[in-house]
Formats: sequence, structure tokens, C-alpha cells
Amino acid sequence: MKIGIPRALAYYAYYPFIKTFFERLGLDVVVSDETTKEIMDKGVEDAITDACVPVKLFHGHVKNIKDRVDYVFVPRLVSVNNEATFCPKFLGLPDMLACSVTDFKNLLEVRIDLKKKRLRLFMLCMSAARRFRKGFFTAYNAYFKALYSFKNYTHQFLQGGIPPLGIVAQRKNLPIRLGVVGYPYMLYDPYLSLDLIKKLINMGAYVVTPEMVPEKDKLKQARKLKKTLFWTFSNNVVRTAYHFFEKRCVDGIIHITAFGCGPDFIVDKLMELEARSRNMPYLTITLDEQTGQEGLNTRLEAFVDMLKIKRAKKEAALA
Amino acid sequence: MRKVSFPYMGTSYIPFNKLLTALGNEVVLPPRPNAETISLGCKFAPEFACYPFKIVLGTYVQVLEAGADTLVSTGGVGPCRAGLYTTLQEKILKDLGYNFEMITLEPPGRHLKDLITSIKKLINTRLSFKDYINIGRFVWKQLTLLDKAERLSHKVRPLEVKKGETTRTYKKCVDLVSGAQSIKELTEIEREIELLYECIEKKDFDPVKIGIVGEIYVLLEPSANLEIEETLGDLGVYVERSMFLAGYTVSNAVMDLFHMAGERDIKKLASPYFKEMCGGHGRESVGNAVHFAKRGFDGLIQLSPFTCIPEIVAKSILPRVCEERGMGFLAITLDEQTGKEGVKTRLEAFVDMLAAKRKKLKTTTIKPQLVKEMS
Ligand code: SF4
Repeated sequence: MKIGIPRALAYYAYYPFIKTFFERLGLDVVVSDETTKEIMDKGVEDAITDACVPVKLFHGHVKNIKDRVDYVFVPRLVSVNNEATFCPKFLGLPDMLACSVTDFKNLLEVRIDLKKKRLRLFMLCMSAARRFRKGFFTAYNAYFKALYSFKNYTHQFLQGGIPPLGIVAQRKNLPIRLGVVGYPYMLYDPYLSLDLIKKLINMGAYVVTPEMVPEKDKLKQARKLKKTLFWTFSNNVVRTAYHFFEKRCVDGIIHITAFGCGPDFIVDKLMELEARSRNMPYLTITLDEQTGQEGLNTRLEAFVDMLKIKRAKKEAALA
Repeated sequence: MRKVSFPYMGTSYIPFNKLLTALGNEVVLPPRPNAETISLGCKFAPEFACYPFKIVLGTYVQVLEAGADTLVSTGGVGPCRAGLYTTLQEKILKDLGYNFEMITLEPPGRHLKDLITSIKKLINTRLSFKDYINIGRFVWKQLTLLDKAERLSHKVRPLEVKKGETTRTYKKCVDLVSGAQSIKELTEIEREIELLYECIEKKDFDPVKIGIVGEIYVLLEPSANLEIEETLGDLGVYVERSMFLAGYTVSNAVMDLFHMAGERDIKKLASPYFKEMCGGHGRESVGNAVHFAKRGFDGLIQLSPFTCIPEIVAKSILPRVCEERGMGFLAITLDEQTGKEGVKTRLEAFVDMLAAKRKKLKTTTIKPQLVKEMS
């Protein structure tokens, strides 16, 4: 049996787990192709016009894969901790797809809500396995293998690598350090982000993304906000930024956001205000389906150059 | 004395004003959102903030300029971002150099203690228990009366013979209610409202029926939705809105206190299409759409601010709901650039389409059940 996983949204945050789990269950896992213009266009065609780019892209990936597999795995990601849920679009994702993609019969919806129950994830995996008529031990085994591979994945990030982009490690002695914050499905999709992270690295920056900051450092920042945000990924981004502000371990911050993203206007403004009061260079880049390479390159170069000069001045003053 | 102000939404300022004054505050009445409000809001809000956020921010700037030192607003618990508005608005306004206190009333279910402390801050005179009861009863009555006057106006407007009479009557009713001093007066006013509407000369025909669903602020604040209900009424359409202030207050404050899910049936109706509560009123929109369809409405209009997430989810589902149930569908996205004329043209075309469809149905009677319900 073939199961298809669209390469978008939650994929970038959790794919080692999902992939390993289904593979170990003995299913054929097919991930949709890497994003291309064609996939993007297909998504734009079907999704409603005012949806954000990543959601449109998800539609595209579903269309890319649905005729090649028996089931398309569409998670309804509700929550993974007690404090927040995901963006409402994640919550309504299967419903949206069922209505907007024509002729979509093989949708496999899995509701993931891990709030308040410790064994929830395990139970979920078991019931998913039962749906494919796999025995308990196979499922049990698959579950732990999946957990292990997910641990491995997060560990790679903490070591300074960016596995989804194939970056194993970065040189430590680069002239500047740059915080690049944003949602995983924006940062790690090379097409959507116009390969921005690699560009920055080539310009001589050591890039730090939210996934590369240890969980406990982020949690320490949790109380800084009067009210926790409602969305898991957004909390992650804001806390990372606050961590950078406090520790001053980066020279500047770039926030990557999607055109039409609902939560981000709050996230972006919060960080911008804080950055200004803390005197940290801050740049917002809004991406949509037709952001041009040229404009982006110049903006990035200008920002990086500015940081380099600043850094050189500071070092000169110290010396 | 505290100088308190709050966001402007429909006629809610009347009971709010009464309530806050009775509790011993000075109230700075927010102005009805106008061009200045919106331009202030757009200037200081982030570009992608939704329309209600901008209007409310603009209102805050205006009332702070007018001397308010305390802002009261409701919070909320996700996943709709409206619950986070006050946090960000407070930051933006402080950044602009205003000095004030922001009091956020969180829903009682999860933050009962916070709510009580917030409310305590707003009580600035000595009142006996009986006073509280009286104030509560009075304000509640005002709320329901205002809703009633509005409902009646929707019913009567398409039938009126003299153009504009309903709107005038409605304004008069609002004035009456806001001028009332005691519960007794309000009871009399209730009768008067009914009489006033009865006196309007009416035509006798069955108007096209349209249901309106969507995000609460643009639904309840006529200046944000470009007076859509009035426009439709003038086109001879019976409009019904899915949400009124009194109903909203009940489902959100009272039900929440007892951890009950408000509007259960509406949620049940939505469930075949929409299985998850996703904040805002996305699911209610879908549920109400089904409800309208069951009652034989001809069309559905969804009002949503640009980039409103729950409504975007709803918007991708609603067309299917409407198609399956033979109802026309029109989605209107509102932001500061939406022009009244443009919307009006779209509405006219929509209403014509519905009327033509109805004629066809009546002659061919393909769907006998639907026709029965309509007549
Ligand atoms: S968080 Fe933003 S980008 Fe992500 S799905 Fe929601 S609206 Fe889209």
C-alpha cells in the first residue's frame, strides 16, 4: 500500500517521525516532489485567493501526489502541548482540502491533539496502525524508531546543521551571526524561501533558526509576554527572537513571513517593537508566490553588509 | 475619577456607557468609526492587520486624545487572533507615547480570577447588592431591546412603501432606548417600538431572503460593513444576521463560566463539513449557513475582514454547503480599500440572480419542498 505525504506545512517540522513511522509499518511512503513553479501554480489554482502562500502550496502538493498513491496523509494538527494550538488553517486543513480540491477521494485524515494526555501520541500511532491492519508489535517498534529518528533530527539542528536543506554543519568562524526566524515550512522550503538561508551562508553569515535554539532557552522567555500567543509555531518564533534580544548572541534578525499570514502581523509587530527598543537590527521579508530573486538579493546584501560594517566598527572600538 | 473608554461596535456603546457610569466611572464615548478613525488605524497598525484591528486602534487613538485614561476591551482564548489584540494594541499605543491603563476582560471560564480583578478596577463607587441587580437588569434589558429594534428594522425595511422610513424609525428607537432611565421606562419603550414599526406602511409581497454570516465585528458594526443591511433592505431584500450582541454575550460569558459549549445545535449542523473548532466564528458561519438553508433562504453572504483566518477556512467550505443546498453564495472581503459603490453593484447583481432563480424554481417546481418552505 502506498501512502503519500505532501511536502508542505507540518512536513517540514515533523517529517522524520511521520516518514519513519509509516516506513516501519511496512507501507510505501511517497513524498511529493520538491516544490516547483508548477506545483505552486496548481495550488494557487485550487485554493481560495486569500489563503496564505503555504496553504496554497499544500494544495499544490496534494494535487501532485494524489493520483499516485492509495492515501494522502493530511494531518489535522491541533496541538502538541498544553499551552497553544496551531494556526486555525492547520485545524481546518482537511476540511478546506475536501472542499477545494476537486476529485479528492483518498484523503487520510489524522487528528493530532496531544493536549493533557501523556500517552496520546502512542495511542494515535497505534490506532493509525490498526487502520492499516498492522499488529501491535510492528506498531510498537515503528513508534520507537520514529521517535528515535525525530530525536536525531532535532539533535542535528542543535549541532548547527539544517537537515532539511542538507546542511550538515556551518563554519563557526564566519564574520557575522544572523538570527533567521520564521515557520519551518517557510524557512526550509528552498523554492518558497528562494533559497534564502543558503544565500545568507554564502554571504558569510552563520545562520541560527528557531529549531537551532535549545527548547529550554526558549521556555525561559515564555513569561516575558503578558499573554502567550495561541499558536505553537508563533510562540516558537517569538521566543527565539526574545532569546536573541536578551543574550545578544546574534548581530541581527531576519523575520521571514508569508503574504497573507494571519498570525504573523501580531508576531512581526511584537518583534519589531522589541527590536527597536533593544537596538537590534531587524528586517522583515514577506514572501509570496511571485517574490522576485533580484529584489530579495539586494535587500539581503544590504542588510548583511550593514551588519558587517557595524561589527567591524565595534571590534575596532574594542581594540 | 477614571476616564474610561472602549471600542465602538454597533449600538453596544449605549448599554456599556450606562454600565460604566453606574459603576462610578466617567465615560469618554467613542466616536462612530469615520474616515479619520480608519486613517489613524492604518497609520499605526501593521500593514496586514485585519480591518477590525485597525478600526479599534484608530478609535483608541481618538479617545486617548479626548482624554481617556483607561481602555476596556474583551480578550479571548484562541485560536483566533482577536484574543491577542489588546496585547499588541497596548504595545503600539505605549510606543506612541500614550499613558493609560488597558483592562482586558478575559472570558470567565479560564481566567475567572483575572476577570474579577479587572472588574474590581472598574467599580469605583459604593453600591449595594440590590443596586448591582438593578444595574444588571437594566443593562440587559437595553441590550435585548436594541437587538429587537434592529431585528424588526430588517424585517420591515424591504416592505416599506416610503423609502427611508424604517431607518428613521430605527434611529428613533435607538434614541428612546438610550434615553431611558429606569426599567419601567424600558418596558414601556418595548411596546412603543413595536407600535412604531407597525405604523410603517408596508407592501405585501414575499421578499428575497438573504442570510448574513461572518466575523463578529464587521457583522455588528455598520460602518465597517458599509451598511450592508441597509443597502440590501433598500433593494427589497429581507436580511437576517446570524449574530446579535445579546446572544453573543450570553454564549461567551455565561456559557463559558459553566464550561458549556454555546450554540450547540449550530455546531452540530456544521459538523458534516467542519469538524474542528478553529476559533473566531468560522464554524458558526458554516453552521448558520446550514441553518439558513434549512429555513429556505435564497442566498448567503459571508462578510470577512481581509486575512481573517477562521473565515478563510469557512470560505473554502461555504461554496460547497451552498451549492449542495441550492442557495446562492457571495463572499465579501472588507478592508479599508473596499468601496461602498463597488459592493453595492455586486449586491445588486447577486439579488437579481437570486430573484431570477426563484422565478425559475416557482415555475418549474423542481424542488417542491423548498418552495413550500419559502411561501
Ligand atoms: S501560520 Fe500563517 S503561514 Fe502558517 S498556515 Fe497559518 S496563516 Fe498560513
